[in-house]
Amino acid sequence: MSVLNELAKGLQGNKIRIVDLTHTLSPDFPSISLPPEMGQAWPFRIEEVSRYDERGPAWYWNNFSCGEHTGTHFDAPVHWVSGKDLPRGAVDSIPPQNFVGPACVLDLSEEAGRDADFLLTKAHIVAWEKKHGKIPPRAWVLMRTDWYKKAGDPAAYQNYDETGQHTPGPDIDAVRFLVEERDILGFGTETIGTDAGQAQHLRPPYPCHYYMHGANRYGLQCLAHLDELPPSGAIIVAAPLKIQNGSGSPLRVLALIEKP
Amino acid sequence: MPPGARSRVALGLTAAAALGRFELQQCKDCGTVQYPPREACQKCLSTRLPWKTQDGKGALLAQTNLHHSNDLFFRERLPWRLGLVHLDAGPTVVVHLHEGAKDRVSVRAMLDRAGQAVLAAVPEKEDVNMADDRQLREFTCDPKFRKVLVTDGKTAVGQSLTRSLVEAGAELIWVGYSEPWKQFPGFDELKKLPQVTLLPLDVTDSKSVREVAAEIGGKIDILVNNAELHRPFGIANRAGVETARSEMDVNYFGLLRLAQEFAPAMRARGADGQSSAVAWVNLLSVYALANFPPHGTFSASKAAAQSLAQCLRAEMRPSGVRVVNVFPGPIDDEWNQLLPPPKIAPAALAKAIVRALQEGTEDVYPGDVAQEWLERWRDNPKALERELSA
Repeated sequence: MSVLNELAKGLQGNKIRIVDLTHTLSPDFPSISLPPEMGQAWPFRIEEVSRYDERGPAWYWNNFSCGEHTGTHFDAPVHWVSGKDLPRGAVDSIPPQNFVGPACVLDLSEEAGRDADFLLTKAHIVAWEKKHGKIPPRAWVLMRTDWYKKAGDPAAYQNYDETGQHTPGPDIDAVRFLVEERDILGFGTETIGTDAGQAQHLRPPYPCHYYMHGANRYGLQCLAHLDELPPSGAIIVAAPLKIQNGSGSPLRVLALIEKP
Repeated sequence: MPPGARSRVALGLTAAAALGRFELQQCKDCGTVQYPPREACQKCLSTRLPWKTQDGKGALLAQTNLHHSNDLFFRERLPWRLGLVHLDAGPTVVVHLHEGAKDRVSVRAMLDRAGQAVLAAVPEKEDVNMADDRQLREFTCDPKFRKVLVTDGKTAVGQSLTRSLVEAGAELIWVGYSEPWKQFPGFDELKKLPQVTLLPLDVTDSKSVREVAAEIGGKIDILVNNAELHRPFGIANRAGVETARSEMDVNYFGLLRLAQEFAPAMRARGADGQSSAVAWVNLLSVYALANFPPHGTFSASKAAAQSLAQCLRAEMRPSGVRVVNVFPGPIDDEWNQLLPPPKIAPAALAKAIVRALQEGTEDVYPGDVAQEWLERWRDNPKALERELSA
């Protein structure tokens, strides 16, 4: 039996479950905001075109607007200055092979629950590998923090205070280890940003953006339901919109997991 | 509504009253002050009749209490006190009479619920509180005892406004704030005011505006839209359209969203007893009159907002809800840092807005810069354009 036939059977036979790792796009979902003197990404907005009314009697549809980095979204290498000249680094030119791949899920929900500024280190990754095996090449590494559960409370989700945003992320060594020694496909988080909220103070600032995109790797942000995934064995489907020279896009991220 | 028809020449009285001024025509040839407004001088038939500001001082000749009226508006409000005042400037005029007025009085032009100028006499010497006079309250939009929505509490202007409204006796003030995940300076102080309820509101988000309108729209007597986005620069000094679009989204579309969601209920409550819906205030800018190129895209967004506010005013007028447009010069805030003084302080702007509501004016040019621009613009708009491009 071919691999795809087996997959189809698994889907139909209820052996494979699809987990939606995506937040709903809505104006209420917290959006990134830069200091006011900088250019701003549009938050998600939606306006009704017609709803079975005088504007269009038999149909309902909306216009929506948002920046490329809104809601659950994909970061392409060209998003960051370190990846600006890489080949096939925009959402329309990334090899489609890279939109589907295995996922390693590192559960750091306890650590992040204790400390909003928690940084994932190489030691955490090595410890995970001891239990679950070596991270295979071209895999997504997803940092589970259960942060997605705060999405209903925008203030808690953003977690700002007078010193800025406080959300967990990876440290420099962890990022370099994943890129240089594990050849991963990309890094995914449950927060706004693959980097920690305070990552502007690291050297270089925003190391995950800097190294990941500088090595032509990808990012997934504002993921949800990572707590439903096994540490390894899930397959991620994450294909961004094909925007010409786009730096990222909101997308539907699906995980395929085998039922025990 | 009180009778609203006026001849074109009589609208000169309304134009002045909108600014809080009492103006009558004065003959350029013989000096006679005219009333009612007319095409030719009642004494010498000259047609040179420029409008001149009057001090309104005069002697009360007679007074009467009206107990019957065929006019529906006044029938509901009887008895109504009227008087006859001989102005020191010459004419004798029929006036709405403040209950404390006798002997020497001061006549002022005010806008009535139909948005037209009427004359009212108050005691000459006393500092009158028009909110407490049943008749004059009909001509004003006093915040006292009223429920107010201030759309943006994040700015210094919004916070000053809230405090001024509290001082003016507003019963309840809802204060909106966008991006609720970012605590803003002054949040806690606002929260402490017993009259104030803070609520998330983002005028760029139709859903947010719709939800807030559904929640409190039927209770608002005065809506103050002070939400604005202001960034310096014109066309040449900034790349792209995104900042200009954001300015339009807040300053123009924000007003449109608010008007679509809040205006219907306010129109319906224009005659809702003692505490009816009375006013809609727009924070515009004197740059709406003529583009100030160093803040060129902001000016354009405010010009668009002013045009839309005129549309709103026309649509609100049949309900008696007044649309008050406020045209400050540069506000003393971070986005005008590079402009030298004079700049209007947020607290002064807030006081001017509350005063406009208390006195019932419709077009407000608070501060010296705004007043000066207004005079230059009225005198010669083209000249002002050239001066601003220097």
